[in-house]
Amino acid sequence: MKKAITTLGLALGLTAATSALAADPVKVGFIYVSPTGEAGWTYQHDEGRKNLEAVFGDKVETTFVENVPEGADAERVLTQLAKSGHDLIFTTSFGYMNATLKVAKKFPNVKFEHASGYKRDTNVATYFDRIYEGRYLSGVVAGRMTKTDTIGYIGAFPIPEVIRGINAFTLGAQSVNPDIKVKVIWVNTWFDPSKEREAAETMINQNVDVITFHTDSPAAVQAAEEAGVYAVGYHSDMSAYGPKSHLTAAVHNWNDYYVSRVQAVMDGTWSSTDTWEGIASNMTNIAPINASVPADVIAEVEALKAKIASGEMHPFTGPLTNQAGESVLAEGEVMSDGDLLGMNYYVAGVEGKLE
Amino acid sequence: MDLDLLTNILYLTIRTGTPLLLVALGELVCEKSGVLNLGQEGMMLMGAVVGFIAAFYSGNVYLGFAMAACAGIAMSLVFGFVAVTLNANQVATGLALTIFGTGLSAFIGASFEGKTITALPTLAVGFVETIPLIGRPLFAQDAMVYFSWILFIAIYLFFKQGRGGLKVRAAGENPTVGSNLGLPVLKIRYLSIMFGGAMAGLAGGYLSLAYTPLWTENMTAGRGWIALALVVFASWRVGRIMLGAYLFGFASIMHLVLQGFGLSISSNLLATLPYVATIVVLVFLSKNIERLKQFEPMALGKPWHKTH
Amino acid sequence: MIRLEPRPAISGFWTYASPVTAVLLTLITGAFLFAALGQAPLEALHIYFISPIADWYGITELFVKAVPILLCAYGLALCYRAAVWNIGAEGQLLMGGIFASVIAVQFVDSDAWLAMPITMLAGVAGGMVWAGIVAFLKLKMNTNETLSTIMMNYIALNLLLYSVHGPLKDPHGFNFPESALFGDSTLLPILFEGTRLHLGLAFSLLALAATWVFISRSFIGFQIQVMGQDQAAAKMAGFNKTKLVLTVLLICGGLAGLAGAGEVAGPIGQLVPHISPGYGYSAIIVAFLGRLHPVGITLAGLLMALIYMGGEMSQIFLGLPNAITGVFQGLILFFLLSSDVLIRYRIRWASNPMKAGAA
Repeated sequence: MKKAITTLGLALGLTAATSALAADPVKVGFIYVSPTGEAGWTYQHDEGRKNLEAVFGDKVETTFVENVPEGADAERVLTQLAKSGHDLIFTTSFGYMNATLKVAKKFPNVKFEHASGYKRDTNVATYFDRIYEGRYLSGVVAGRMTKTDTIGYIGAFPIPEVIRGINAFTLGAQSVNPDIKVKVIWVNTWFDPSKEREAAETMINQNVDVITFHTDSPAAVQAAEEAGVYAVGYHSDMSAYGPKSHLTAAVHNWNDYYVSRVQAVMDGTWSSTDTWEGIASNMTNIAPINASVPADVIAEVEALKAKIASGEMHPFTGPLTNQAGESVLAEGEVMSDGDLLGMNYYVAGVEGKLE
Repeated sequence: MDLDLLTNILYLTIRTGTPLLLVALGELVCEKSGVLNLGQEGMMLMGAVVGFIAAFYSGNVYLGFAMAACAGIAMSLVFGFVAVTLNANQVATGLALTIFGTGLSAFIGASFEGKTITALPTLAVGFVETIPLIGRPLFAQDAMVYFSWILFIAIYLFFKQGRGGLKVRAAGENPTVGSNLGLPVLKIRYLSIMFGGAMAGLAGGYLSLAYTPLWTENMTAGRGWIALALVVFASWRVGRIMLGAYLFGFASIMHLVLQGFGLSISSNLLATLPYVATIVVLVFLSKNIERLKQFEPMALGKPWHKTH
Repeated sequence: MIRLEPRPAISGFWTYASPVTAVLLTLITGAFLFAALGQAPLEALHIYFISPIADWYGITELFVKAVPILLCAYGLALCYRAAVWNIGAEGQLLMGGIFASVIAVQFVDSDAWLAMPITMLAGVAGGMVWAGIVAFLKLKMNTNETLSTIMMNYIALNLLLYSVHGPLKDPHGFNFPESALFGDSTLLPILFEGTRLHLGLAFSLLALAATWVFISRSFIGFQIQVMGQDQAAAKMAGFNKTKLVLTVLLICGGLAGLAGAGEVAGPIGQLVPHISPGYGYSAIIVAFLGRLHPVGITLAGLLMALIYMGGEMSQIFLGLPNAITGVFQGLILFFLLSSDVLIRYRIRWASNPMKAGAA
């Protein structure tokens, strides 16, 4: 019994002084907005967490809390993580932004990393991937493979991140096939496999022959497989759900970033940074391209990928007109990160309206 | 709007409405016996995960459905024990069952996330499928859709003609009088609860085995609540259950189809369509209050035990 | 076979002993469950039930979590006493949050002392409007409230999404779906420095006292009780059904709306898409668990909040998946609900049910 109480004391971080000892493992905490699952946003973050344990072994200790609502609960969970001796805490959803900042103020010695947000502090860094680069490349594949010149895009909510993906995908497809039209359907949920499937089937019935999505389940890939049309996955490689239909996917890869940040904590070099990396540092990538895609298309995409990685090419380069026909970017101009971050319009070629 | 599109809308309406129809029919029978079970979501999720696991290992999707029904029944027995045998509050017990089932299904399904199975195939009824407009919606569906129609007719006849239907209604109208007349009220209620569980299990199985052949945590996404509302919508009349399920399915599909047309209404506002439509239609169906009350089980949700 | 034998009168002893029984059963089952998962049972139970409230911060958080659930549950209890089957506290809470935010964003840079009270009143109004629609549909259109409240929960959720993506979106927030952070003048004052416990606690204590007096001392409370138990008798006695239904629904809507306003102007401090992780639904369980009595509800609500927080703690300190906490929460609720049977019945173990039935 006495031993149980002692271990409890340790577990609860009541002996906070111990975490200062150099030999102690670095404690890394994660909070997730959904269950870890097997594909999707949270899954990719959890892969990064598991990779930390594989890389650092017993020099690191990881904790995660899944299904944390983005409301009042997040702040408490973060506080508990900070109180219990975690050195570095990753908050992996936009809705945790203000809670992260509030808790960070109370725990100046704990380091926080918030994914996809724009507010920083001395102990709060932000990170995100330029997934739109992967979207652009997968758009090129889709543009080459479509026969009806109509591509379907299932969106969860019209936030800049999703709109940026829709536009990048459209521009990629149009770069090889100017007649491309992209139809957008909003399902108003991040996760409802049945609803996502209904949206996919609705679009397949409306002459769409390549489907992609910005939601969390692979249901749309399955719908495409059954209907004999193509699909482009998102978040993770979803080819298991559509061996024939899955052309490629725009995927996140947090492994290297997480390793570098934990290493920085170990070295004492951690500082608050604003990271927005893409293909160049492998934070964004595309999944292996389906064998049914012609070799010259694959070569074309690989060449483009190298150009994006080297900075020679930027998906959002002028001339660019929005849906209403107004010019948003002059010839040769590259869009600033600020404009990318708050994007709230469709480019020409996207069907449907944003209110 | 061309014919093809209309055909497709009807086809999708029926597919969307099928899981709702199944679970709502089960809940209807349960409520007719006087028991209000709000645990559909939990039972559906258990049906979905157990059915998926069974189909994954056996490779037989029909065995999957059988196991899904069994899982639903097992869950319903937990409810029955607490709410009927121990006479606990039915509303709270049902909600607890949903919390329990959501957690348990996620726990036993954790290692099956990311696995796939071959979906329940559609059974086209030969040439009739080619009939314009109604051919595909009515004759090119999967076996569970046809099964849901058979069940619908069977339940309709059960309450219309059978002595069994009369017994269930007696248990739900006035259990004390029924019991005094020698009716085994508790047995009837247990059987009705189990039927509701089996149907919820099948509905969950429909999602994981036919509609989207995969398992993910919490994949029912609130459909149990809709089914509960549909029983009320139907004013406890069997015929209207089908109307409600397909009406809701239709409105859900239209939310998506209308967006495909590039309508300039906010998608968030458009998403309220199925819910608003259900209320509005119920308002119209509720004009005659005497007729409305006719089918509602008088003892619904009230704990009861044998006193002698 | 189990057989229930009604007690001649409600057992005073078991009224209090039954929750204790439930807790014991929970602890025993929990010990086995945790042991089966490879955890040290005592330590696991300690982390689940004690560690969330082992310090001052934890205790204040328990109340932060419980306040919105309690506000909804007090109102729901009134409805259920009147046999008005309102499932809609969730939607009423969300509407309260929206209405409050509409006001709050007008005061972002203002230090007017009126800002906070007006924001709260707007929340109350939002919940009342939403419940008022239900009352109208029920009283004038014969539309069953179970259906209309379920549907209106979904409609409210979509209106909330519409608001944060549209009219109430922070103009300087890079088009992310959230409102501007509310100004200090609209935020509920913090009761204890260094915690998040806010004035909402006072609201829920007031609601506790008010509903208690309302139920046990007022004539209208008595009428509600009669109507809930026997509609015909209430009609014969000449009670005004319209007035009673309207009263309970508006009170419930107002309290749920206040809960929503308290969340956006309290721990969250802005309007976001997820202001409620299902408080309105948890409140239904809490209302019945508390036997529809304000004091019972208060205890049940605190327990519910503890169960949620225990789930978080067991993820952090035991590495248990979120799913296990769901299973455990379900079991706790089953035990609590089952133990209540002892208040009204004796349990007899009959080896032969037929014989027992004949006796």
